Amino acid sequence: MRSAGGCAVNSIVVSDYYIEGQSFDGSVGVVETQYAEFSELPLDSGLMLSPLTIAYEIHGALNDNGSNAILILHALSGDAHVAGYHEGDIRPGWWDAMVGPGKAFDTNQYFIICSNVIGGCKGSSGPSSLHPSGDRPYGLRFPVVTLPDMVRAQKLLLDRLGIERLLAVCGGSMGGMQALQWVVAYPEMVGSCIPIACTHRHSPMQIAFNEVGRQAIMRDPSWKGGDYYGGASPDAGLTVARMIGHVTYLSDESMREKFGRRLRDKEVLGYDFASIDFEVESYLKHQGEVFIRRFDANSYLYITKALDYFDLRNGLGTLVEALSDVPVDTRFLVIAFSSDWLYPAYQSKEIVRALKGNGLDCTYLDIHSSFGHDSFLVETTQQTHLIKNFLSVTARRLGVKSAG
Amino acid sequence: MPDSTATCNLSSTGAGIARGANGERLDHLFIVDVVEQGSRVLDLGCGRGTLLKLLVDRKGVRGTGVEIVEEKVYDAVGKGLSVYHGDIDEGLSDYPAGMFDYVILSQTLQQARETVLVMQEALRVAHYLIVSLPNFAHWNARLQLMFKGRAPVTKSLPYQWYDTPNIHSVSIQDFYVFAREHHIDIVRAFYVGGRGRVGFWPNLRAQHGVFVLRHADDV
Repeated sequence: MRSAGGCAVNSIVVSDYYIEGQSFDGSVGVVETQYAEFSELPLDSGLMLSPLTIAYEIHGALNDNGSNAILILHALSGDAHVAGYHEGDIRPGWWDAMVGPGKAFDTNQYFIICSNVIGGCKGSSGPSSLHPSGDRPYGLRFPVVTLPDMVRAQKLLLDRLGIERLLAVCGGSMGGMQALQWVVAYPEMVGSCIPIACTHRHSPMQIAFNEVGRQAIMRDPSWKGGDYYGGASPDAGLTVARMIGHVTYLSDESMREKFGRRLRDKEVLGYDFASIDFEVESYLKHQGEVFIRRFDANSYLYITKALDYFDLRNGLGTLVEALSDVPVDTRFLVIAFSSDWLYPAYQSKEIVRALKGNGLDCTYLDIHSSFGHDSFLVETTQQTHLIKNFLSVTARRLGVKSAG
Repeated sequence: MPDSTATCNLSSTGAGIARGANGERLDHLFIVDVVEQGSRVLDLGCGRGTLLKLLVDRKGVRGTGVEIVEEKVYDAVGKGLSVYHGDIDEGLSDYPAGMFDYVILSQTLQQARETVLVMQEALRVAHYLIVSLPNFAHWNARLQLMFKGRAPVTKSLPYQWYDTPNIHSVSIQDFYVFAREHHIDIVRAFYVGGRGRVGFWPNLRAQHGVFVLRHADDV
C-alpha cells in the first residue's frame, strides 16, 4: 500500500497518526467539532488562564439519568476528533476503529466525549491562540500547563454539558495518564478507568526524548523565542522532533518487519547525503513533513513539558497513598503492550500494584504485539474484546441503561 | 507454541475428574459448596475462568483471577471476570493482609516454582486457602511405575515426562505431611476419581484431592 506521501507500509498508514483498514461494524458518520467558552481556569503554576476555549466532539446519546457518559482522552498529537469524519475528509478520527456503533465504545449504548487538551493547537486554547490583548498569538506568553490542568479544564466542560458522573475515563499514552489523573482528582465522579500504554509519572528516559524534541524546535532559527506566528515556522525543528518521536513509537521488531534495510527508490547505495538511501529514512522524513502541516511547534513544547511534569503522586506520598481516596467499587482495566519500550509494561504494573494495595478491582493485560507504543492505536481487536466486556460489566454493576 | 497451549488446555479441563449434572467438575462443585456467599476470592491460575465464573454466578463472590496465558485471559474477561495477566509467583505481596476470604490454587500449585512462598503468601492475604492437586499415588500410577517401569501417564496426570507443566509430583499423603510440617491446618478435604467422589483410601483411589486450609494459629 502506498499513501499520499509515497511511503510503503503494511497495516499502519503512515501519512498521519491515523490508521486505515481497521474499521469494522460502522461509523458514527460526519461529525463536527464544537467549542465551549469559559471565563477562567486556575492553573497549577499559580497563574490563571483567561479566557478559555475547549474544542470537543460528542457521539451517541446521553441517557435519561446521565449515567452512560464516557470521556476519551487523546495522546500528545491527538485531538477531539476521535471518530467519524469531518465534512469532506477521507480520513476518520484517530480512534475510529474503537468508537462507533457496535465497536468497543459502542455509540448505541454510550455517550462519548473527547476534547482537545489545553495547550494544544486543535481548537482548545494554546500558544497559537490569540492573546487576550488582541495583538498576536500568545507564543510563550501562554502559561505552562500540566496534565492536572488539562483534566481541570475537562471538568469545566463536563459541568457545562451537565454530566455529573462518568461511566468510564479512557485513554492511551498521555490520554491514559489523564485518565489516572481523573480518578485521583475527581474520585467520586469516575465509575471506571482504562489507562492504556502509560505511566503514573514520566521516567528520565521519557523526559530525555521529549527534551531532544524541544531542543530541536528551540534551536531552529525560525522559532524566534516562540514568536514566529505570521512568519516562517520552525518547521525543521518540529520535523526532527516528530522523527525522534516516531522512532520511540515503533519497535526494533516492527521496524525490521516494515522496512528492513530496503533502499528507497534505488538499487544501490547513493554514496551521498542529498538523497535518501533507506526506506526507514523516507518514512521518518514523511512523518515529519506531514506533522508540520497539522501541528504547532509551541504546542509541542507545552504538551511535552506537561507530560514530563506529570507525577500522579503530586506530593501525596506513595502511589498507594495517592490512590487511597478512590472508592472501592471503582473498576480498572490497565493495558500494556509487550513491545512498547517507551512506556514499558513495568510502568503499567506499578499502577496495578498500587491499585491492588488499595484493594481495588483491576484487570491487567500485557498484550503481545510487535508495534511498540503505537500498539494502542493498532491492536484494536484485542482492545475491543477487553474494553467491550469491561464496560458491559461496569455498566451492569452501576445499573446503567443505554439511551433509548 | 501450539504444543504448550495444548497441554495447558488439558490441565485446565481437569482431565479425569468426574462431572456433576450440569457438566461442572466435582472438585469445582465442592469448592462452590465450601465458599461462603458474597465472599472475596482470588483464583491463582484461573485459566479461562470456569471456576471463578461458577463462584460469581452461584455464590455472588467478588472474584479476581491470575493467569499467565494471554489467550485464556481474553476468555476469562469475556466471562465478565477481572483478571491479572501474569505469573502467580509475582504480585501476591502487593495485597494487604486479609484482603480475601479465599485464595484458590486449583490444579496450579504443582506448577508453581515457589511452593512454600506462594502458600504462605496466600494464607497471609486470605483467611482460607483452597488447593486442589492431582494425586501422584493413584493406583494406576503406582502400577505403571511398578510393572512398566515408566513414569506414569494417567487421566489426572496426562503428560509425558518431557512435556508436563507439573514441576512437582505430589501425592495426597505428601500433602498431609507438608501441611503438618508447615503448621497449616487442613479444615476440610474432598477426594475425587474418574467415577465420582472417593471416600476411603484416597491416597490409593483418588485422582485428585481438594483441601481447605488455614494457618494453624488462626482461630
